[in-house]
Amino acid sequence: MMESRLSRAWQSDFLWSFRRSPTAVVSFFVVLVLVLGAVFAPLVAPHNPFDPSSLNLMNGFSKPMQPNAFTGEAFWLGTDDQGRDVFSTILYGMRISLFVGFCAVLFAMVLGVTLGLIAGYSGGMVGTVIMRIADVQLTFPAILVAMLIFGIAKGFTPVHLRDQMAVWVLIFAIGLSDWVQFARVVRGATLVERKKDYVQAASLNGRKAVGIMLRHILPNVVGPVLVIATISLALAIIAEATLSFLGVGAPPTQPSLGTLIRIGQGFLFSGEWWILFFPATTLLVLALSVNLLGDWLRDVLNPRLR
Amino acid sequence: MLAFVIRRVFQSFVVLLVVGLVAFSMFRFVGDPIENMLGQERTGADIERLRGQLGLDQPFPVQYFKFLTGAAQGNFGVSYRQGRPVADIIAERLPATLELASVSAILAIVFGLGLGVFTAIRRDGWAANTIMTLSLVGVSLPTFLIGILLIYLFAVELNMLPSFGRGEVVDLGWWRTGFLTESGLKALILPSITLGLYQMTLIMRLVRSEMLEVLRQDYIRFARARGLREKSVLFRHALKNTLVPVITVTGLQLGSIIAFAIITETVFQWPGVGLLFINAIQFVDIPVMAAYLMLISVMFVGINLIVDLLYFVIDPRLRGDSSKATA
Amino acid sequence: MKIRTTMLTAVLLASTSTYATAETLNWARAGDALTLDPHAQNEGPTSALSHQIMEPLVIRDMTGKIVPALATEWAPSEEDPNVWAFKLREGVTFHDGAEFDSEDVVFSFNRAMSPDSDFKELLASVTEVRANGKYGFEIVTNGPNPIMPSNLSDIFVIDKDWAEANNATKVQDFEGGEDTYAARNANGTGPYKLVSREPDSKTVLTMNENYWGKDEFPMEVTEIVYTPIQNAATRVAALLSGEVDFIQDVPVQDLQRVGSTDGLQVITAPQNRVIFFGMNQGDADLKGDDVEGKNPLADKRVREAMNMAINREAIKQVVMRGQSIPAGVAMPPFVNGWTEDLDSLPANDVAKAKALMADAGYADGFSIQLDCPNDRYINDEAICQAAVGMLAQIGVNVRLDAKPKAQHFPLINNLETDFYMLGWGVPTYDSEYIFNFLAHTKGEKYGSWNGTRFSNPELDQQIQRLASETNLDERNLMIANIWSVVQDEVLYLPIHHQVLNWGMAAKVDTVVDPDDEPKIKYFKIK
Repeated sequence: MMESRLSRAWQSDFLWSFRRSPTAVVSFFVVLVLVLGAVFAPLVAPHNPFDPSSLNLMNGFSKPMQPNAFTGEAFWLGTDDQGRDVFSTILYGMRISLFVGFCAVLFAMVLGVTLGLIAGYSGGMVGTVIMRIADVQLTFPAILVAMLIFGIAKGFTPVHLRDQMAVWVLIFAIGLSDWVQFARVVRGATLVERKKDYVQAASLNGRKAVGIMLRHILPNVVGPVLVIATISLALAIIAEATLSFLGVGAPPTQPSLGTLIRIGQGFLFSGEWWILFFPATTLLVLALSVNLLGDWLRDVLNPRLR
Repeated sequence: MLAFVIRRVFQSFVVLLVVGLVAFSMFRFVGDPIENMLGQERTGADIERLRGQLGLDQPFPVQYFKFLTGAAQGNFGVSYRQGRPVADIIAERLPATLELASVSAILAIVFGLGLGVFTAIRRDGWAANTIMTLSLVGVSLPTFLIGILLIYLFAVELNMLPSFGRGEVVDLGWWRTGFLTESGLKALILPSITLGLYQMTLIMRLVRSEMLEVLRQDYIRFARARGLREKSVLFRHALKNTLVPVITVTGLQLGSIIAFAIITETVFQWPGVGLLFINAIQFVDIPVMAAYLMLISVMFVGINLIVDLLYFVIDPRLRGDSSKATA
Repeated sequence: MKIRTTMLTAVLLASTSTYATAETLNWARAGDALTLDPHAQNEGPTSALSHQIMEPLVIRDMTGKIVPALATEWAPSEEDPNVWAFKLREGVTFHDGAEFDSEDVVFSFNRAMSPDSDFKELLASVTEVRANGKYGFEIVTNGPNPIMPSNLSDIFVIDKDWAEANNATKVQDFEGGEDTYAARNANGTGPYKLVSREPDSKTVLTMNENYWGKDEFPMEVTEIVYTPIQNAATRVAALLSGEVDFIQDVPVQDLQRVGSTDGLQVITAPQNRVIFFGMNQGDADLKGDDVEGKNPLADKRVREAMNMAINREAIKQVVMRGQSIPAGVAMPPFVNGWTEDLDSLPANDVAKAKALMADAGYADGFSIQLDCPNDRYINDEAICQAAVGMLAQIGVNVRLDAKPKAQHFPLINNLETDFYMLGWGVPTYDSEYIFNFLAHTKGEKYGSWNGTRFSNPELDQQIQRLASETNLDERNLMIANIWSVVQDEVLYLPIHHQVLNWGMAAKVDTVVDPDDEPKIKYFKIK
């Protein structure tokens, strides 16, 4: 009983079922490559698009693989309206998108799991209040919640710090709009586990509530939490892009993938397709792979469906 | 029962007050409405005068209280942008959003159910797998981009469908509908696909997993063992039992449809409340923003309340416990 | 609800037209008119729509020239230099058939001068307006005002009886909570009549058969359907797919595509608007920089260096796709006081700029935040981004904060930004307007848009004297002097003059209005 479902799955079936699923293998390696590319962007990328002094505006709108008419420089995937190398900008932008995504999901996870555990274990008034808030927020559109939070948080930031705060505000906004799923799952599982003999026994033995939750209950919910986290990551990256379209995204001098797509969509009709196409494709491949991984993870960790 | 209802209604009321407070406190950070309302020749005295006129010089709690007392009487004030009562504007705009949202919801439910059942029955078939993967493509791109790509393809390149607006509308006196004209119906196609795609994927995946879950239940096995026809097993027994959680989630997802309508309406210049809200943000039209958020929260708190009460009626075990099987 | 006339009415009205060919113009731009109340909002799209329905005494035609509208003649009074006398057009009727006379003009001017009017600043020097017979009208000012008519081209006249009958004598009143009738309905004398209006969605106008100028102007468009389309890509799509015939704001990157599409054309013309950066040069220390106890922008050498670092040609070439006129002075070229010499570009010389920076003690540069709107001017955010790159070359490390205009402009007015973008249009076509708002020390009456903290009492006096100087030669000399001080101080970093880009179906024949306010009565249809 002490051994959780996840660790058993990991030891026996997990890798096996991973190897058996070509979708999972491909998605995993795609995500791995993209994440590595983003993490090591300063080493991989030929240019640093976040360093304004290195940019030459006259390089703007270079076609992929073709030398620029003014400067003669050539870029693999062309340049955008500011003369930034699209390939490098995608790597750096993905870095921001992934950073925002990971941090937002981590924040949502910590918040949701904690509140879920508390609500499930203690029950009563505290539990009701927490779940009431969760209910309301679940029905309240996440994008709207994120917009509200972004507005408020930006208002509290000093004027001359706003450009640096944007990314953190985004993380906070997206994370705060996304904790409910975690809380619900964890609370449900906690309610079930709490009644079980071993938890009752531990409680009778005088163990502290916090200890019981962390040692005994938490491991049992790792599986579902992981699945939600994966899917939330894809959602968070998309949410960041959507917020960017609504004008509440990463600053244009340090664009995320979403900001790049927002900028690029302006060039859809004018023939500079590469400014939109490459960032959009990257976002699609990234989100799709993460989603597929999440799908597979759900199937594996949900033994009832096997 | 009565005590439970009263408690829930009271809780919902508190929630509304909090949403109102949060929404209202946000407005001071969206910008300064005065900037947009006065031309570039305005003087400092003009600014002060207008601020006084709009009551923006009063302390925040006073403003909030005024807003609440007005709202309780159905008076949301006058839009800074259009200079008309907000209640009128919203009443005028709501039909457009509701028509778009309902068509999207119907699309999402019909295709979601159909494809969900199909992918569940043909669990490992190539068609089912293709559909599953393709459906993920739809949710792996931001809504606004899907909308713009659809416009590019169907309006600009193929010249088949309109790129913006509602087409010709027919005024029924209290409701302006686009359902009754050809151009109105044509104008609905692209926005409703854009808006419904995400929900469709969600419903499809939910139906699929619920179906798979149900199909391995004992009573289905018994039904099959008893020699019932496969069609009957699937639709009379399996699908029926799948529907309860699906309906719950779909109901709760209404919220997302209205929210994503903000983006869809902006892309397609759809004259609904979402576009109104975006314009209100740009113009810092505080009364409109406040009314919109209150409207949305009343809707959702209402939905939530109804779902809760239904659960209470159906399942007495859930008394005082709000967990719903949605995870 | 009364105004929500159904499409049926539109069809009926259109069919009564005596013209064999009914020409509908589907017109779109980014923003809708905010109101139909002619005195509530002094704002581009609002005035542009009002111009089709209502008329001022004098109007700027599509070339910017002042021509008669409801007034046929005007001149300063011979008896009193403080009075302008107008002769009104006879035989004009409002759309509802009511007769137009001096009573309506007096009423409309008083309405436009009321505290809630957005046009009262244009009439700030007016002490009284009065009728002089049925077709005579006089404006009394607090001193001789040689440029009065140029302030009147957006002051619309509405029917007094109509306004009184519909309780619309007051301009938009936010306290009342009532729908002002005039915000949703219009009764003007203009070339087009309102058929129906759904804000943010569609406004339909039809030709006024009884228009006084029906034979004087082309009037070839018989019906106007006006639709705002906010999203730029959608707007261009609508033009490309033929759903609209005329859009006022083609994104610069799409000009080529639109121009090369069969059946479409693009016309461009310089706009009455200059884009520039302002710098806090008055404060002793800046909050948002990394220099302790000093204000680098207070050093003229730094401002000169920044001026030199900006490559205006590159901004024109790449960011604006050639659609801008690089500027050396913060004044549109139409304006009285503009000279080619003033507008000549500062040399783009990074080496020299670096030397100036070193001279000023900032060889290692400094960092500062640039505040920029992202929904106000053409490619505003992209221009700021480009400037960030150029300033980085001389060691000025700029952090960019781009935000919606509703958040940007308060920063300038509350003096919360040290480095900001601003654009300025000059409706009076005279330098005084620029000095009053941008160069004079910031105060209650003057300098309300001067966010630079620059203050020169001697210059302030010169600026104030402009208003009462009646000798035009003397006045022009004063203007030139003030400009030389402003330029010498590097008060602003001018970027460019905006260019208007109108995209339209090839059948439409018009020129670009420099104020971006098309008057469709001048449009011809090929």
